[in-house]
Amino acid sequence: MKSCLIVDDSKVIRKVARRILEDLSFATEEAADGRDALEQCRQAMPDVILLDWNMPVMSGMEFLSVLRAEQEGKRPVVVFCTTENDMAHIRAAIDAGADEYIMKPFDRDVIEAKLAQVGAL
Amino acid sequence: MTTPDAGFDCLSSLLRTRAGIELARTKTYLVESRLGPLARVHGFVNVSEFLQRLARDGIGEALATDLVEAMLNNETFFFRDIQPFDLLKERILPQLRTARAASRRIRIWSAAASTGQEPYSVAMLFAEDRESWEGWTIDIVGTDISRRAITRARSGLYSQFEVQRGLSIHRLMAHFEKAGEHWELSPEIRAKVRFQPLNLLGPWSLGAPFDIILCRNVLMYLAHACKQEVLARIHRQLSPDGRLVLGAAETVLGVSDAFVPDWQNRGLYLPAGLQPPAFARAV
Ligand SMILES: C[S@@+](CC[C@H](N)C(=O)[O-])C[C@H]1O[C@@H](n2cnc3c(N)ncnc32)[C@H](O)[C@@H]1O
Repeated sequence: MKSCLIVDDSKVIRKVARRILEDLSFATEEAADGRDALEQCRQAMPDVILLDWNMPVMSGMEFLSVLRAEQEGKRPVVVFCTTENDMAHIRAAIDAGADEYIMKPFDRDVIEAKLAQVGAL
Repeated sequence: MTTPDAGFDCLSSLLRTRAGIELARTKTYLVESRLGPLARVHGFVNVSEFLQRLARDGIGEALATDLVEAMLNNETFFFRDIQPFDLLKERILPQLRTARAASRRIRIWSAAASTGQEPYSVAMLFAEDRESWEGWTIDIVGTDISRRAITRARSGLYSQFEVQRGLSIHRLMAHFEKAGEHWELSPEIRAKVRFQPLNLLGPWSLGAPFDIILCRNVLMYLAHACKQEVLARIHRQLSPDGRLVLGAAETVLGVSDAFVPDWQNRGLYLPAGLQPPAFARAV
């Protein structure tokens, strides 16, 4: 079973994403900000990270740069999942090492399609 | 006095004669949801009364077109079912590059293009392999019975929801720009596809035969005899060594002898009778 860490400061979003990902046969964990996510990754690196952009304490972008600089952190598939929906943000995310990008709002079809795109299903 | 049944019969015969579409009696919920807005525009609060009135008074040309358009299912998305696009990219287009090396011309028809995602996906395959097709003429034609769908296809504008279904983020970045709330396809991709309204059962003239015809997720809505008719017409419009691509849940088996499955490429079909029998047996 693949694992997915859901990183979002909204409890509601985490719950919705969790339901979808578990339905897609992922074992899920949750983190409410980038720092929390980083700590969890250092304990156990997930296969997939669903990552919000704007979060308190540490943003998704900061998290991603730190993660990708670490040896183990190059492995997980990182999918941004954010309300930022312009090309500048998308390019920045991909340049920083994200594999895919979901613009909120999302549903099951979008998450499934995007994970299939990067071969993470 | 007309009955709800008379209203339904009137609509189903309209769909059958205009588009070849078979409307099962179990689909009354569809009629209700799809025609609701049109009924209200014409001053009716419910669809059943609207249809009964039409059955009694007859239907003018403009309204008939609107009714058919409203009943069509235009659902589509970029790179739908991905497998046929992978086959095109990895096998069929390279084969055509050899087979058409003399004319350096390839013709592709998306025969139920809806809002354009299917032919534009094909156009992206060519754009993503630009060097290989340098100096080639690639004609991609997208047609659909729905004028509304064709107008949208030509606009090259898609919602966030539409671009997230089937397009990787890399393709979005390569071929689109954000335009307000929408995403606009690049002029390069748009210029590769020509759209025109066309009823698969009506008269048509599309010129030279095509090398690839995509006729996906439309036969499934048509009455059996209309499927046969459309496949026979498509057969005449396809080159002898061309390929027909159907939807994932569709087949020619039991419908038409005009095509045989291309056993080397699942989901693709070859015109029958034109291949040496050994070819079909060899696989
Ligand atoms: C479900 S869409 C399929 C779009 C695309 N080929 C795909 O597979 O995603 C079916 C399309 O067939 C069109 N259609 C239905 N009857 C038709 C007919 N008689 N002639 C041409 N197009 C027709 C509809 O307008 C609709 O856009």
